[in-house]
Amino acid sequence: MKILVERRENPSKITTLLSSVLSIGLALFVVAIIFLFYRVSPFEAFRRIMLSAFGSWYGFSETVVKAIPLMICASGLTLAFRARLWNIGAEGQLLIGAISASWVALTFPDSPSFLLLPLMFGFSFLFGSIWGLIPGLLRAKFGTQIAITSLMLNYIATKILEYLVYGPWKGPSEWGFPQTSKFSISAQLPRFASTRIHYPTLFFGVIFSLFLHIIVSRSVFGFEVRATGENPQAARYAGISFFKIALATMLISGGIAGVAGFGEVAGIQLRLRMGISPGYGYTAIIVAWLSRLNSILVIPVSLLFGGLLVGGDAIQLMGLPFAAFDLFNGLILLFVVGGDFLLQYSMKVEY
Amino acid sequence: MISALEVFLQATVAAGTTYLLATLGEILTERSGVQNLGVEGVMIIGAVTGFAVAQTSGNVWLGVLIAPLISGILGGAHAIICVTLKQNQIVSGLAITMIGIGISGLLGKPYVGLPLSAKLLRYSIPFLSNIPILGPSLFNHDPLTYLSFILVVVLWYFLFRTRAGIIVRSVGENPSAVDALGISVDRTRYFCTVLGGLLIGLAGAYLSLFYTPAWAEGMTGGKGWIVVGLTIFSMWSPKRALVGAYLFGGIEVLQYRLQPFGISPSLLASLPYIATIVALLFGASERVRKRIGAPSALGRPYTRGD
Repeated sequence: MKILVERRENPSKITTLLSSVLSIGLALFVVAIIFLFYRVSPFEAFRRIMLSAFGSWYGFSETVVKAIPLMICASGLTLAFRARLWNIGAEGQLLIGAISASWVALTFPDSPSFLLLPLMFGFSFLFGSIWGLIPGLLRAKFGTQIAITSLMLNYIATKILEYLVYGPWKGPSEWGFPQTSKFSISAQLPRFASTRIHYPTLFFGVIFSLFLHIIVSRSVFGFEVRATGENPQAARYAGISFFKIALATMLISGGIAGVAGFGEVAGIQLRLRMGISPGYGYTAIIVAWLSRLNSILVIPVSLLFGGLLVGGDAIQLMGLPFAAFDLFNGLILLFVVGGDFLLQYSMKVEY
Repeated sequence: MISALEVFLQATVAAGTTYLLATLGEILTERSGVQNLGVEGVMIIGAVTGFAVAQTSGNVWLGVLIAPLISGILGGAHAIICVTLKQNQIVSGLAITMIGIGISGLLGKPYVGLPLSAKLLRYSIPFLSNIPILGPSLFNHDPLTYLSFILVVVLWYFLFRTRAGIIVRSVGENPSAVDALGISVDRTRYFCTVLGGLLIGLAGAYLSLFYTPAWAEGMTGGKGWIVVGLTIFSMWSPKRALVGAYLFGGIEVLQYRLQPFGISPSLLASLPYIATIVALLFGASERVRKRIGAPSALGRPYTRGD
């Protein structure tokens, strides 16, 4: 008996969806076993996760709150990943965006909202994009691996944030907590009714995902990005500048992630502090990958992961550490990437 | 009598050993054409396993023994995705990192902040440790540090002086040629990825059992990623890994030594990450100049007839 493995072209949409669902299912199964080790019924845990994330209006609003940064970061990442530029620095780009928006908010607290918020938005995009541009430039100029450099910049951004909130930016009347003073009212994003949904950022998230989808699928630039990702050599022979693609995709994905940071400080925290992101930039990588780099699919998938983050908080109350969420994330990613094998190859058993 | 320089050098070697052990593991893995970006996750699993086993059994050496095995399994998971299923090594490595960090957070929960109950062992090597400057800095350590010296030589000898080493390097350079000779590319890559994971796990155990010694959540703090950079910096050579590892060990020690001068500890703590980017630039420019070192099939899955 022999197993024959053959490459197959263009798997159907159903196969793709099935493989994604199977990956999530497998990850859930492994996590369920871990729950059992903690003497927690997996069904009860999953029920609580779903209930806390989607079972009430308040829960769902919190799910949306957590989905906003995921949606924004992940839609930018789909663009970079399409070009096979492994930007795993969304976390740092988000933090730098948050820092720059906070600088504007703390420097011009008395400016009117209609000036201040756009300026904060602009600064977060600008500096987020610079933070993304560094690895892009180093890659295009010197051939350094974006995955490593962008990740190093995550750590550096965290250290800069730590320096600022423990040092020069520490609010004088914050009881010694490592955080800045609260932003003035005009530097705060409006929220929807009594929820924490800062809807302008949500709006940007949806716009980014739709807009990037159109760019990738319809524009010349989008074609060049895809061509570079699928076959860099052929793309170069076709006259597509790798330098331009590397810089443009890293600039856009970095800037967009920066905006997510603006949303977190101006919409949720209302100040700059440590821990403004529980790893949104990393979870966004999974969201992007699970969306098959289709930025429209990023919207529902980020809602799912927003829900998991809310549920993750809920199961901590059952005595399960939050690390279970990291593990679950990693497992999904591993199974999704492994499951792609089923999409690319068909298997036959021969006697 | 120990001078300030000797103290600094000794601390440098102690800090560098984590980097050295892990970089040797990653060099072996990458020489076969597989890049394991999951070093951070593999290392932290080694750290938590080592500490948990040592703490429960009261025997440090049991921890040192078990930790690499668990890390090797995680390395094996990476190999399944990249070698058997021929999927994206970057994404798989990322997944391995998250899984490693997740599991370590779960397993390590009861051990946070506990002092290591098992006894620590440091052996000065007679005669050698009496050499001025070099003696105390190199020959007054724990056995794992000595093992790391030996492993540099062993890995160098293996890669460049044995038939199996030639096969490993050929698999990383030109897998189809090796395949044509009837040698299994997949089996070689599995061997290197699992064995590499073992060494990275040993680095983790060293971190939590000898260097710190304690368990703290996320204690690797990016060391695994630095190792990925160091592997490129050392041009996939065990000898240069020695230089790179102690360079980064030195930077780590320097960051604490500079604190009394009034520089913010947060900014000092970002030194190793900045240095990694600089080291990558050195590696890159040198690669362009010499056009040697990098395994040319690195990162590419091998399919017969492709």
